[in-house]
Amino acid sequence: MSEHLLSIITFLPLLGMAMLLFIPRDNEPLLKGFTLIVTLVTFGISLPLAFNDVFITSGGMQYTEFVKWISIGDFFQMNYNLGIDGISLWLVLLTTFIMPIAVLSTWQAIEKNTKGFMALLLLLETGMIGAFISLDLFLFYIFWELMLIPMYFLIGIWGGKNRIYAAVKFFIYTAVGSLLMLVAIIFIYYYAQQSALDTNGFSITQFYQMNVPADVQIWLFLAFAFSFAIKVPMFPLHTWLPDAHTEAPTAGSVILAAVMLKMGTYGFIRFAMPLFPEALATCMPYLATLCVIGIIYGSLVAMVQSDVKKLVAYSSVAHLGFVMLGVFALNLQGMAGGMIQMVNHGISTGALFLIVGFIYERRHTREISEFGGLAKQMPIFATIFMIVTLSSIGLPGTNGFVGEFLILVGAFESELRWYAVFATTGVILAAVYMLWMFQRMMFGELNNPKNTLLKDLSVREIIVMLPLLLFIFWIGIYPNVFFDKMNPALENLIMQIDGKQQIAVVQKIDAPKHIEFK
Amino acid sequence: MYDKLWLIPLLPLFGAIINGLLGKRFLKSEKVIGGIATGVMLLSFLLSSKYFFQLLADEVKVHEQIVASWMSVGNLQVNWEFLFDPLSALMIMVVTGVGTLIHLYSIGYMHGEAGFYRFFSYLNLFCFAMLMLVLGGNALVMFIGWEGVGLCSYLLIGYYMEKKSAGDAAKKAFVVNRVGDFGFLLGLMTLFWTLGSEHGVWTTNFVKIGENAHLLGTGSVVVTVITLCFFLGATGKSAQIPLYTWLPDAMEGPTPVSALIHAATMVTAGVYMIGRMSGLFAMAPTTMMVIAIIGAATALFAATIGFAQNDIKRVLAYSTVSQLGYMFLAMGVGAFTGGIFHLMTHAFFKACLFLGSGSVIHGMHHAYHHAHLHDDPQDMRNMGGLKSKMPITYWTFLLSTIAITGVPLFSAFFSKDEILWWAASSTRGSLWLWGVGAIAAGMTAFYMFRLVAMTFWGKQKTDARAKDHIPESPWVITLPLVILAALAVVGGYVGVPHVLGNIGGLHIPNYLEHFLDPVFGPAQETYRIAIKEAMAHSLLWEFGLMGASVAVGFLGIGVAIWFYIKSPELPGKFTSKFSGLHKAVYNKWYIDELYDFLFVNPIKRCGLFFWKGFDVCIVDGVVNGVGRVTTLVSSGLRYTQTGLTQHYAMWMVIGVVMIVGFYIFG
Repeated sequence: MSEHLLSIITFLPLLGMAMLLFIPRDNEPLLKGFTLIVTLVTFGISLPLAFNDVFITSGGMQYTEFVKWISIGDFFQMNYNLGIDGISLWLVLLTTFIMPIAVLSTWQAIEKNTKGFMALLLLLETGMIGAFISLDLFLFYIFWELMLIPMYFLIGIWGGKNRIYAAVKFFIYTAVGSLLMLVAIIFIYYYAQQSALDTNGFSITQFYQMNVPADVQIWLFLAFAFSFAIKVPMFPLHTWLPDAHTEAPTAGSVILAAVMLKMGTYGFIRFAMPLFPEALATCMPYLATLCVIGIIYGSLVAMVQSDVKKLVAYSSVAHLGFVMLGVFALNLQGMAGGMIQMVNHGISTGALFLIVGFIYERRHTREISEFGGLAKQMPIFATIFMIVTLSSIGLPGTNGFVGEFLILVGAFESELRWYAVFATTGVILAAVYMLWMFQRMMFGELNNPKNTLLKDLSVREIIVMLPLLLFIFWIGIYPNVFFDKMNPALENLIMQIDGKQQIAVVQKIDAPKHIEFK
Repeated sequence: MYDKLWLIPLLPLFGAIINGLLGKRFLKSEKVIGGIATGVMLLSFLLSSKYFFQLLADEVKVHEQIVASWMSVGNLQVNWEFLFDPLSALMIMVVTGVGTLIHLYSIGYMHGEAGFYRFFSYLNLFCFAMLMLVLGGNALVMFIGWEGVGLCSYLLIGYYMEKKSAGDAAKKAFVVNRVGDFGFLLGLMTLFWTLGSEHGVWTTNFVKIGENAHLLGTGSVVVTVITLCFFLGATGKSAQIPLYTWLPDAMEGPTPVSALIHAATMVTAGVYMIGRMSGLFAMAPTTMMVIAIIGAATALFAATIGFAQNDIKRVLAYSTVSQLGYMFLAMGVGAFTGGIFHLMTHAFFKACLFLGSGSVIHGMHHAYHHAHLHDDPQDMRNMGGLKSKMPITYWTFLLSTIAITGVPLFSAFFSKDEILWWAASSTRGSLWLWGVGAIAAGMTAFYMFRLVAMTFWGKQKTDARAKDHIPESPWVITLPLVILAALAVVGGYVGVPHVLGNIGGLHIPNYLEHFLDPVFGPAQETYRIAIKEAMAHSLLWEFGLMGASVAVGFLGIGVAIWFYIKSPELPGKFTSKFSGLHKAVYNKWYIDELYDFLFVNPIKRCGLFFWKGFDVCIVDGVVNGVGRVTTLVSSGLRYTQTGLTQHYAMWMVIGVVMIVGFYIFG
């Protein structure tokens, strides 16, 4: 079983979706229960990955699967090639961990066409996991696109008032990026054929070995970076995010924030950066500038939002700015910080969207001014909200601090020192917008009569939150469990990028510049 | 030997968790909740005492204890570790000792509050964080406590959460502290990176930082930058210029909170941090000078605002800011022991003063409640003559006031004298700093006796319906007052200066200096921070300066009595004559308004502009524009799709002709 573990994890949700089609559409409890079980089983099967010590000793790909898939003549070869290392490990686990929570959050929120909703959630899960573990660039692209479609429908059908606009905007933004990436992928493939490498389809491990001249790298890198930067999202390509987040149903927002944004950062780490290290070095100052702008800009805009969900969405722009800054630091602290911060953001922002969802289900509004004094009415809710807020602010002892501190230390040790100084102001701004929001919603007098009837969290809602709270403290207090398994893979990656950048400096690469198609 | 050290902070955490989780549903009874909270503090205090006395007898004075690994990523190896040395030993004694008393006091003070369990949970949590701060063996464990106390301060200032002013004050405290934390982080990262990349010492451990600090080079730019960044952190936590504005507002919290957090412990964290890294700071004379100047300036500046406040707690708040200024003055001129000494005596007398004011407020509140009035129980203009109503409160308050004004033989006399003596005579000091300190001492005497006069002396000005219903507080409140007042009186004798200790063949040694010598001695020796040669053995200088500052103090007391007892009409005349000045002082020199104008409002406007101007107009404008163009183009092209077969056939023919033409002529 273990040699096909990754395939099982990836396609179990798809199988679940197929089985879901046989459940009568009006049997809501069964639909929801079955989906929950499928996601829980997927999580259960993926869990042994977390305990496999091979990730501590080796930074290479594990559990690899390879099957020749589509071949057209002798020049077009696509393979079904999966593998997981310490980088994708935590993102896969984050996905399988978040999914049951997302499903549980829909218990009362989704009332129309539950069957469709659940089917799309499962399809989405397959797409996300697949994208994280594809070692074939073409396969990655297929999974990447596969994610896009269910999310488009989730927003467009089950979203809020402005859902159509948000869904189309989300789709177009992402599709434009994807198409550029597709062009770049095909180009690399032909380039690899051209350079007479022993190519094995779109295998990225082989592409890593390639030496692409700097002026070609730039264009390919930009195409990839553009696509991933939209997904992250990096300033100024972030404007789809507030709309998509605000309009999406709670489960959609949670998955979008927790997992799908990570697709962009992961794309940088796995593809854009190691494939084109020289272009990365050239673009670094601009990219780091965008990160810092994202941090400050996201925070400032978050501060003036009147809709709490939009506020959380903009806070994501700031947090992801931190993640990317750490990743671009290209040293172990920065990258490990960036990685752990991806997981942290999944947990904290996921939790924040759940919290917003709880309150939205009760009051059907997200306007901050509609609330006030809720702490008195809903003490359990207030306590959980407070803890999650603090984690988002990065209070030491919670997960947010570990990530932010490592990112800043990493950036400080790299050439991005001054960027780190400016990024550190984000620490102040985060406290401003989060605490101000918390104060306006939770403190003060309970003077809106509609709020006096609000019920505190139900047992189901508390159960949804507890695992997230556990990880907030776990990562905050003892993050080494995660670092131990992540560091070898990151060290490999850094060595590879570093090595190629060094070589590029030392010798001029002799490689064909003009490509003729066969 | 000290293997249960981790229990000292963990006991209060345990209390916080129990009360926080079970307090509301299961424990309910105030006695049980208060008992648990006070009990864990008492246990923590007993354990601290045991280790403290053990350390006194111990040959080895510095003990490190690694509990577990925290973060281990490349060259960043951070442990959960504790550092037990004379400095942290003294601090945990103050924190757990004063902490226990204030917990006890709170049982009486918070009686009948709906959030009783919540209050004690937060208070325990605070003690946990504060103990982590002082026991932390590296800068990151300290930072856990550092931000942890900020969080608890936030929660406790905002304790009366339905009051908007409380919520505002809480948020302000946290955010201003975060500005300081920004400095702390920058300092830490610069230190970590410089020591590591240039000297191969990748560490955040305090002992290692102390051992390797000299590698950075005395007076070098980098060490100045590092220490200035750390000092920015200290100004936030310890309410110094320019980040002091949150502390007066923090008085929105319940009074025991003001006593514990905003007087005795948390606000001294900045002083402690400088002491903890004295080796580093001693290497940066420029930073030391900045610290001394900021400290002296804050001492003076805050004292002026104290002149014109009518809220009993606000006077004490500005007094705290001012006294913290003294401590920074001490650190700045290299009188590390003096700074820590004043930190300790201040913890005693200021906690006593705050708790005393709490007792008064408690009594006033009771009386107003009884008479169904809604007057402000904190306004001193409604008090007066409380001496006979609340004798224990009065006497303890008076003793602490005498202590703070520096009357000889009371505790602050010794600590303040040491600071002022060093300010004048240290190789890092100057007579100017002494002068500012002495003037501030006189002003302190004035506003403190003004407070006593307005509150306890003279005629009672309380509303007639309430004036006879002011009771003395119960024993849980007065017992801590008595203990703290006693400490405020005698606490100074652990640090009797040599010049006084040897009078009349007494030979009282300076215990504290001796005790803290292993911590501060090396730095002072290495960087030659000492009393100037010219003054070192001059009794004339030492007694002269001492006499002068004491005289200024008595002058302050005299003026206060003259103004508020002998001729009570004088203050009114005075304020009407200098009404502009009075208004400025009363409004705290408009510093809050200035900050709003300079920082708060522009930042908000920026956010709005970015959102509405950039996001919505420009970026989305482009995005939607592209969409609209596409729609327009396609709605134009739509007319080609007529659905008529002959049209399509015609287009096909045209196409075929064009292709064929292209191949023939192309």
